[in-house]
Amino acid sequence: MIEVKNIYKSFNGIPVLKNINVLFEKGKTNLIIGQSGSGKTVLLKSIVGLHEVDQGEIIFDGTVFNKLDFKEKKEMRKQIGMLFQGGALFDSSTVEENVMYPLDMFSEMNYNEKRERANECLKRVNIINANQLYPAEISGGMQKRVAIARAIALNPKYLFCDEPNSGLDPQTAILIDNLIKEITEEYNMTTIVNTHDMNSVMENGDNVMFIYKGEKWWQGSRDDIFDSENKELNDFIFASKLSQKIRDLKNSR
Amino acid sequence: MGLFQHVGKYFILLGRVFSRPEKIRIYYRETIKELDKLGLSSIGIVAIISVFMGAVITIQTAYNTENPMLPAYLIGLTARDSMLLEFSSTIVALILAGKIGSNIASEIGTMRVTEQIDALEIMGVNSASYLILPKIIATVFFSPFLCLMSMIIGIFGGWIAGVSVGVITTQDYIYGIQYAFIPYYIVYALIKMAIFAFLITSISAYHGYYSYGGSLDVGKSSTKAVVRSSIFILLFNVILTQLLLS
Ligand SMILES: Nc1ncnc2c1ncn2[C@@H]1O[C@H](COP(=O)(O)OP(=O)(O)OP(=O)(O)O)[C@@H](O)[C@H]1O
Ligand SMILES: [Mg+2]
Repeated sequence: MIEVKNIYKSFNGIPVLKNINVLFEKGKTNLIIGQSGSGKTVLLKSIVGLHEVDQGEIIFDGTVFNKLDFKEKKEMRKQIGMLFQGGALFDSSTVEENVMYPLDMFSEMNYNEKRERANECLKRVNIINANQLYPAEISGGMQKRVAIARAIALNPKYLFCDEPNSGLDPQTAILIDNLIKEITEEYNMTTIVNTHDMNSVMENGDNVMFIYKGEKWWQGSRDDIFDSENKELNDFIFASKLSQKIRDLKNSR
Repeated sequence: MGLFQHVGKYFILLGRVFSRPEKIRIYYRETIKELDKLGLSSIGIVAIISVFMGAVITIQTAYNTENPMLPAYLIGLTARDSMLLEFSSTIVALILAGKIGSNIASEIGTMRVTEQIDALEIMGVNSASYLILPKIIATVFFSPFLCLMSMIIGIFGGWIAGVSVGVITTQDYIYGIQYAFIPYYIVYALIKMAIFAFLITSISAYHGYYSYGGSLDVGKSSTKAVVRSSIFILLFNVILTQLLLS
């Protein structure tokens, strides 16, 4: 469980996050949705400590993460896996080396054990026969999956995904969503996913937080969305003709 | 951002670069890679410019001293001292600023904007140290060799050019390059070169590390890296000359 309390964050005096309070549950895929530029990435990076917050507390299962000293933070980081918006695979390393990287850095495993673990993770995300390829040689969807494999290599307790299905076709996107959901349940992780993809919300939206201009605007489950009177949320969710049709259909029943 | 802010940020970054590395073995591996990428791959260009510089200095000195009062061996002496004192260190450093400075800034800058640096940090890796320290060690260690090589090739180039153009005989040239030889000049050049290498690598790494935005910004960082490293090489050339030769 991750608890965020009264977070503020600004860049060069321009506020990006304003008084965010939210709870993310364990064993669930928690979603953060919002427009482009609303502060989703900044929020996620603030939670994992890549950005220092100006104010507030971030609590990982009872431990106030942002108040830890450098060494304690580093220890904690081993329990965190993160999938970045663009994948962020290391271009100069092969697929296999990418997944082995965290093991190289933090485990005392020997080379064969590390390779075995890397292959286990790659298999889990359905990447086979691509071990020796470089990130530039595989498709965007595969890159995302390799990035997931790397994120879970050390068996993290917390998984963060920044728009895991942006730039993917709807089918592949759902595949990735389901993969994240399955892994989360399998390992009982606390997972937080940034997205602006409505399909993800419908697939995985047990706990959805809507962020609007840097503020938490709404929180609930996918079923609550249809009943919500929140104007900004409705404008965001039902922006497309397709989603408007779905809503009208649902309401007419 | 003002100059003082840049300098402050630069030194904070250096502080992180030189904090204790976590896994020595991995740093060792990276340093070997960088030696290859930044050091060995520069041998060709350094050799080419050195041979031509030696040639031009020799021919120019010959045409500018067409006075029967001046002994011919002076041409060899001038070629030697020009290479030793300035060309093999300062000019080679300026060329390297263009070659490896832009390489370092764009590599690290790309890793920044594609969030690879964030990915390292999230794994608890000190990204500044992991990415920059091996490059600094590799270049500072290897550049004196490049400098030494440039001296030898430059003096050799001078000989070839001088003799084939017919402005000096082999005997005079060899006598000239041995005449009033001060070995300390070599030490001076090697020290200068190592410091220039440090400047190029750290300044370029700084500009790459603090890139923000997209590929356009990486290009800008890389240009800034080359320009600023060059300016600092010239500035430090004056300071070091005063310190080491006075
Ligand atoms: N390092 C930074 N320095 C200055 N401003 C920043 C920085 N990072 C983000 N911002 C600003 O913070 C705001 C929120 O950006 P953020 O990346 O969180 O948006 P987002 O919701 O993730 O958008 P998208 O869906 O497009 O990824 C933007 O206005 C952006 O310009
Ligand atoms: Mg984002």
